[in-house]
Amino acid sequence: MTLATATKRSAKKRAPGPGRTDHGAWFLVLPALIPILILSVGPLLYGIALAFTDSQSGRTEPTQWVGVLNFQDLLHDTLFWDSFRIGLLWAFGVTVPQFFLALGLALLLNQPLRMRWLARALAIIPWAMPEVVVGIMWRLVYHPDAGVLNETLSNFGLGEGKDWLTGTATALFAVIVVGVWAGMPQTTVALLAGLQNTPRELHEAAAMDGAGAWRRFRTVTWPAIKPIALAITALNFIWNFNSFALVYVLTQGGPGGRTRLPMLFAYEEAFRYGQFGYAAAMGCVMVAVISVILAFYLVGRLKGGDEA
Amino acid sequence: MRTKKTTRAAQYAALAAYLVFLAFPFLWLISTAFKPARELGSLHPTWIPKDPTLENFRQAFDEQPLLQAAGNSLIAALSASLIAVVIATPMAYVMARHRNRVSKAATGWVVISQAFPFVLIIIPLFLILKNLHLINSLLGLIMVYVVWSLPFALWMLVGYVRAVPAELEEAAAVDGASKVRTFVSVVAPLLAPGIVATAMFAFITAWNEFFFALVLLKTPEKQTLPVILNRFIGTEGVADLGPLAAAAFLATIPSLVIFAIIQKRITGGMLAGAVKA
Repeated sequence: MTLATATKRSAKKRAPGPGRTDHGAWFLVLPALIPILILSVGPLLYGIALAFTDSQSGRTEPTQWVGVLNFQDLLHDTLFWDSFRIGLLWAFGVTVPQFFLALGLALLLNQPLRMRWLARALAIIPWAMPEVVVGIMWRLVYHPDAGVLNETLSNFGLGEGKDWLTGTATALFAVIVVGVWAGMPQTTVALLAGLQNTPRELHEAAAMDGAGAWRRFRTVTWPAIKPIALAITALNFIWNFNSFALVYVLTQGGPGGRTRLPMLFAYEEAFRYGQFGYAAAMGCVMVAVISVILAFYLVGRLKGGDEA
Repeated sequence: MRTKKTTRAAQYAALAAYLVFLAFPFLWLISTAFKPARELGSLHPTWIPKDPTLENFRQAFDEQPLLQAAGNSLIAALSASLIAVVIATPMAYVMARHRNRVSKAATGWVVISQAFPFVLIIIPLFLILKNLHLINSLLGLIMVYVVWSLPFALWMLVGYVRAVPAELEEAAAVDGASKVRTFVSVVAPLLAPGIVATAMFAFITAWNEFFFALVLLKTPEKQTLPVILNRFIGTEGVADLGPLAAAAFLATIPSLVIFAIIQKRITGGMLAGAVKA
């Protein structure tokens, strides 16, 4: 297969068909390329431009360029930085446990255990569910009176009538648990795929040499799944930082802004208060942060590549 | 030998803990959906409804236009997923087989688009669609869904194209078939199962989508299922928990069925593909 592709490539290079091949390729690409440019790349650039304007909804006078004014305002907007801090807390708080729990589950599912199929089937459920339903479901679990959590806790003499989602001390923790639950399956599936591509012989050879479980994990398993682990963790962090629906349904950002993620804040700013320019500037700041994270990930991956 | 046994026991215990963690919210949802109002109001809720009832389902349909919302979701998800795979498949073919500038840029876009905070594109999209009078219209939403589902559709399809042996295309080229012809009559048929899986996946993501629908759809007659479900919460009281659970449970069934069908196919292609951004 690799050989065939290689031959094909060199054959292509030797015969630079004038135009015809390329026209064909363009014809195949255009149906997707045009909508992408109009509805994705275009709006993205437009969005960045909006961040430098005073665009508002329902205003009659024309929109004007205001330079970096929105960014200056953002700098002094403590509510925004609160939401930013909450966004980072949430993204870390979800991504890290999610990774370790998913790794544990993937390692278990890679063992010849009996209830494996059931765990695999269950692991799919949160993935396939609409986020709104996940949010509603956990509201039912967390419900102060009719919820299963308080009922279970009260059986142990704890947490009678506690309102997890509206308590200022518990709200962020409560939504993080839901975030972990909702995103674990994808991470598990990704890691499991990596594990299953790890050659069995390496494990057996290591076991023959008398390596213990931890040593085998460190020397055989981890190097094999490291690229996937890095990629999925970086992506999870970004997705979590950008998430909206789950927390919106669970708490609407409350109580008192304790769970107001940056996306919720920007959404309110844009579609409740009509501050398009200001909200776009928030989006730009979020993009900047995400770019830094991506850069870290890419550097990490390149280093990993050197070691290998 | 004994250590082996204790290890196994520990593994089963851990697996059991995972099963409980993964299953209990969903089981609770189902249990709540079938509980009569009387039991929902009780201070000590039980796992299994003593007096299971379908009343909540009936009430859910009375309270909100669920059928209409499901219809809207179906139209949006079906159109968006079909259009997405029809336009993504040829592009994925080029991306998988040619290392030219377009395919490199497309690959870069697929990766970068995973990192968009959607608020940055929804504001301009909102303004554009408003000028086109496509706010509160399923057509506008479908357009957004098509582009939104393209990255992972491309990602999955590129994987499927790579799995098709290139020799077949070479044979077609030797016979004098053009690029487009080769694609249509040789590659596309072999890709069919992958295309179906991709379309189903695009369908689920559109069926489940909330943010764009929340922003773009204004009136209940046009809103999709997730937005309507969210409206239930606004009027939440203890008495409404049952219908809320019933409606939420119903909304999940299509996704679960489709997911069960395609589960085997997506695991490979989905590694880094977008899921719920």
